[in-house]
Amino acid sequence: MLARDESPLHHTPLHALHVARGGKMVPFAGYEMPVQYAAGVLREHQHTRSAAGLFDVSHMGQLALRPKSGKVEDAALALERLVPQDIVAVAPGRQRYAQFTNPDGGILDDLMVANFGDHLFLVVNAACKAEDEAHLRAHLSDVCVIDSLADRALIALQGPKAESALAKFCADVGGMKFMDTGPRKVAGFDCFVSRSGYTGEDGFEISVPAEHTEALVTALLENSDVLPIGLGARDSLRLEAGLCLYGHDIDTTTSPVEGALEWSVQKSRRTGGARAGGFPGAENILGHFEKGAARRRVGLRPEGRAPVREGAVLFADSASAEPIGKVTSGGFGPSLNAPVAMGYLPSQLAAAGTQVFAEVRGQRLPLQVAPMPFVPNTYKR
Amino acid sequence: MTILFTTDHEWLRIEGDVATIGVTDYAQSQLGDVVFVELPKVGRSLKKAEAAAVVESVKAASDVYAPISGDVLEVNEELAAEPALVNSDAAGKAWFFKLKIADKSELDGLMDEAAYAKHTA
Repeated sequence: MLARDESPLHHTPLHALHVARGGKMVPFAGYEMPVQYAAGVLREHQHTRSAAGLFDVSHMGQLALRPKSGKVEDAALALERLVPQDIVAVAPGRQRYAQFTNPDGGILDDLMVANFGDHLFLVVNAACKAEDEAHLRAHLSDVCVIDSLADRALIALQGPKAESALAKFCADVGGMKFMDTGPRKVAGFDCFVSRSGYTGEDGFEISVPAEHTEALVTALLENSDVLPIGLGARDSLRLEAGLCLYGHDIDTTTSPVEGALEWSVQKSRRTGGARAGGFPGAENILGHFEKGAARRRVGLRPEGRAPVREGAVLFADSASAEPIGKVTSGGFGPSLNAPVAMGYLPSQLAAAGTQVFAEVRGQRLPLQVAPMPFVPNTYKR
Repeated sequence: MTILFTTDHEWLRIEGDVATIGVTDYAQSQLGDVVFVELPKVGRSLKKAEAAAVVESVKAASDVYAPISGDVLEVNEELAAEPALVNSDAAGKAWFFKLKIADKSELDGLMDEAAYAKHTA
């Protein structure tokens, strides 16, 4: 641990810009990243919901899977060995949410998979990117050349003004729908633009050559609708949107069914489907689909004002000694002006409206199971 | 009336044998937007350095420690209802609780304003 803590932190191509704009820099997944700017988490959160927020997510991993045959279907079929999603069905110019699973049916990482016509483009989590790349090389090298696109940065522009802000630099973004993606010129630079994000808002994620990132971001920030947003608000926004944070809400011990991600596993990969199974942990995961899982990720709304944070132990009532689950993400939801959390509960207690209790500083605080997203999303479908 | 400070970024206003306690403006700037405050019960007997209150920002929860020993005489209910006062008026309206000072010699180790300014410089 010591060696890891003492290793120098990586910088993204926007590091100098963050510092110049008053970003409070903290270590995150091996990078030095802004947790907030002068405006603070609350205002950054609200600005993203009301106008547009610009996020540096360059720490995330970007990879290309290039089929040796030249046929993108071959790369898609190969990737289906590692994920329970239907990748063959992802049309050119579209992307899909997926998970790498392990032999127990747990989740190694979650990712986005885009079809760029002649190859697949993947975005994976920062903390997992080295392992993911090794995993892809170990299992897909017979069919694909795996390119790590370490020379590209990644930014997200999120919120109701994201489209108008980006349209000044990229004419055809208005025609894109949620999860549309592909190469686009943005301010003259060769970017990949997808209509997606991690806030529950309409918006875009833009992969840009590292050397042009600062110029593009500086141009976007000239628009007064756009403010830079740190990791603090990124977390409160995704929590209100009910989106999982890998390593917290889902991990190697949670199956996609336990993680309430059934929607992301298409029928073609389930029992009876055209390409059922054939991914790591299929037996357990398909078993969860058929027989149900013992526990489930749920949304939780504390009844009081006190935030209930990650790690808080859950109980069925105010006195019982037996824990029934735990909170995996929790904090304050600025758009709800209330605390909000998610965690795991036994499936029979996962129905919305069920009251459970969390232990916080020696007290049992009541929470209700609540549907997610907590704040309705505004994706352009 | 004397104002004293702790290395944990709390202030104490001493009036006779009563100490009013809050967190400093420096502390609130480090905490960020405060969204929740939990105060001790009136009548609770606090020992010096015991966790007495909790202040939570969007990001994290922090304890407020009793800077000296004493019984809780009064708590700021207005602050519990409006935690953002910590950000807008840390040294004034956002006082946390009042203690009946148990041992005046415990005040000796605390800083005056000039020493605290040096501490946070």
